[in-house]
Amino acid sequence: MDVFTDPKNFDAFVSGFLWILKLTGASAVCALVLGVLLAAMRVSPVPVLRGFGAAWVNIFRNTPLTLVIFFCYFGLFVTLGLSLSDDLELNIYWLGVIGLSIYTAAFVCEAVRSGINTVPTGQAEAARAIGLSFAQTLRIVVLPQAARSVVAPLGSVLIALCKNATIVGTIGLMESSNVMKDLINSYGNAVIPIFLVFAGTFAALLIPTGYFFGWLANKLAVKR
Amino acid sequence: MSTSSVLYDHPGPRARIRNTVLSVVFGVALLGLVYWIYTKFDQAGQWEGWLWKPFTDSKTWTEFILPGLWATLKAAAVGMLLSLAFGIIFAVGRLSDHKWISIPSGAVVEFFRAVPLLLMIFFVFYGLPYVIKQPVTAFWAVVIGLTLYNGSVLAEAFRAGIRSVPGGQSEAAYAIGMRKSQVMQLILIPQAARAMLPIIVSQLVVLLKDTALGYIVAYPELLQRGVNDLSANYGNIIPAAMVMAVIYIIINSMLTWFAGWLDRRSRVRAFRVPKQTTPAGAVDSTPEGGATVAEPQG
Amino acid sequence: MRMKRMAAIAAAAGLAVSMAACGGDSDETGSGTGASGIVGKAESQKKLVIGVKADQPGLGLQTGSQYEGFDIEIGKIIAKGLGVEESGIEWKTTVSANREPFIEQGTVDLVVATYTINDERKQKINFAGPYYVAGQDLLVKTDSTITGPDQLAGKTVCSVSGSTPAKRIQTDYPDAKLQQFDSYSKCLPLLERGQVDAVTTDDIILAGYAAQDQFAGKFKVVGSTFSDEPYGIGLKKDDKDGCEKVNDILKAAAEDGSYKAAWDNTLGKSGTPAPELDTTKLTHCGA
Repeated sequence: MDVFTDPKNFDAFVSGFLWILKLTGASAVCALVLGVLLAAMRVSPVPVLRGFGAAWVNIFRNTPLTLVIFFCYFGLFVTLGLSLSDDLELNIYWLGVIGLSIYTAAFVCEAVRSGINTVPTGQAEAARAIGLSFAQTLRIVVLPQAARSVVAPLGSVLIALCKNATIVGTIGLMESSNVMKDLINSYGNAVIPIFLVFAGTFAALLIPTGYFFGWLANKLAVKR
Repeated sequence: MSTSSVLYDHPGPRARIRNTVLSVVFGVALLGLVYWIYTKFDQAGQWEGWLWKPFTDSKTWTEFILPGLWATLKAAAVGMLLSLAFGIIFAVGRLSDHKWISIPSGAVVEFFRAVPLLLMIFFVFYGLPYVIKQPVTAFWAVVIGLTLYNGSVLAEAFRAGIRSVPGGQSEAAYAIGMRKSQVMQLILIPQAARAMLPIIVSQLVVLLKDTALGYIVAYPELLQRGVNDLSANYGNIIPAAMVMAVIYIIINSMLTWFAGWLDRRSRVRAFRVPKQTTPAGAVDSTPEGGATVAEPQG
Repeated sequence: MRMKRMAAIAAAAGLAVSMAACGGDSDETGSGTGASGIVGKAESQKKLVIGVKADQPGLGLQTGSQYEGFDIEIGKIIAKGLGVEESGIEWKTTVSANREPFIEQGTVDLVVATYTINDERKQKINFAGPYYVAGQDLLVKTDSTITGPDQLAGKTVCSVSGSTPAKRIQTDYPDAKLQQFDSYSKCLPLLERGQVDAVTTDDIILAGYAAQDQFAGKFKVVGSTFSDEPYGIGLKKDDKDGCEKVNDILKAAAEDGSYKAAWDNTLGKSGTPAPELDTTKLTHCGA
């Protein structure tokens, strides 16, 4: 494993993972907000909003993330001229966050929508009976209860998001997968240790995350 | 949409007006955005004829897009079969009473679920040949990567499905003298498979999209042929990517529609995973115990 | 009913496993005759697998099912010299990062893919050639004022991630900003829109892009190379005979004009005269 004793390579390894974490963090927040909004649209009384939510989900769930990220770079930045930072790397980073967010939001939306379905209809009926509006019903009664049952699916969406962050490498961010590719190119005989270090780091990060969400979901589960 | 109507009253006259106003406002805003994007692309010259002309040429389709599509479908089909086999084997393995089977099975599944597919494919292509002393073609690198990842996700889905078969089923089977393997093969897996069918299909959509990651080992799939190679010939990368996106959306929508159709069909006839854990109509949901299903990788 | 379904699942699983098993074996085509090298293989099987680039106009470009370009013509000359008909050549797409593994593992017999001869690679494989000496250069817009790499400070340069040109920019010109993609064709729309100031790689590759119809008149190659990239033909490390034979074929091609014809039919179409193939500089095949 002398590959990683070279401080230059070790720094590249660390900075690759930092990019992954930063991408995951920012995109998770944006995707959660956007996904809940989309889910609200999909169950709203306004047909255009419902259609918009459905279209969003169908388009982004059915397009490879590679293409979504590609369009963020070549559509938003190159064609529409949306520049988010003067720094080249930061600009790619933010474009990547946008791509990951709009893509992941489609999955968050579906998770939340199915969570809404788990709330017994009596709850919504009672809320309407005491005169709450649609927004109030959703915000005060349904979503808080739905939140408990969507913990587990949102956990796996988060884990997938973290792994998907590697795809931002296709538009030139030096994240883990690009760093690994570079290292393998220059240390062809150490392919296996290099892979094990990278894969092991992801596993060390994500397997506990998975168990944490499983534990949380069980703890919060509503016994009906 | 039985669920959504529960959330609000049947609209009265005022609500109808409000909904219409909201619809119009939002619709106009949306159209405005679309128009703005259209003009921006127009200014950038992205609608110019020569960029799109290659798509009217049959050679573009027969020599780039269709072979790419074929490669994508081929990798996806083989990957699907192998993932299903992998999923069943490891789900059963993980449910085994023998610790020496269940623990390694669990470790394999957990590991491959946690490693990004991009890294997997790359490793299979560059690293595996050192281990097996044989070259691995790009095709098998993609297929093996897809299988390990999606197979692991399916294994978790199957496991949850098997566990969600009502306990009375296996008790009854044991009572009539079946062995453990018979209970699994004859009673649990068939019922679980039927209940998990929609989830399986939606994972297959994920798998089909994931073939796009084959670009990393130059597997000539739809993105590689249709975007990179096509634009190397014609210099029209953005239009090419648009056309490929539409093709992906059409194919995956058909698969998703198929998943929905299976779901509706199987709901009538088969037992369902209990309602509060698998909401009707939701394709990717959480079965018992917080196990995960359709993970949106790539 | 249940039995039938189980049988179907089992059959599917079995099929899948057996397909996996076949996969391991069927990919062996092209290996196995390594001991006698390419000369032996060409003689006995009348077949060659040649690794080439698929996305480099003028050099190695896959146009549908065909490949075309200067590298392809060189590949044909070598195959002919080894007594292999054009129909006996199987072209295989390679990318920069998989050329050594392809040779080492026997996936291909030869690589003719803008393949720079260097010491690091020589440790793993053998090189014949060079058949052309390229140099890293810059592609800029026609009206650009950039005349060399020294003016790149603060400018954005586009290249392929992990490639030698990209690394050279990082180490030798750290003030330049580097945008990296997985293929050069993604750099060109950016250059066209002015979002990058230059694209960098070997001059011959850049010339290939600049000569494409759709970019005609928009770009120019700066023309001040800042590295030497002798393009070689990669073969297995122990195939010394094959390497010497390829060098002989190149020598003959330089004399009988087929080298010039290969150039004139591909890169030469843009008007650049054929370079002189300096046969005194051919490698010693690891000797």
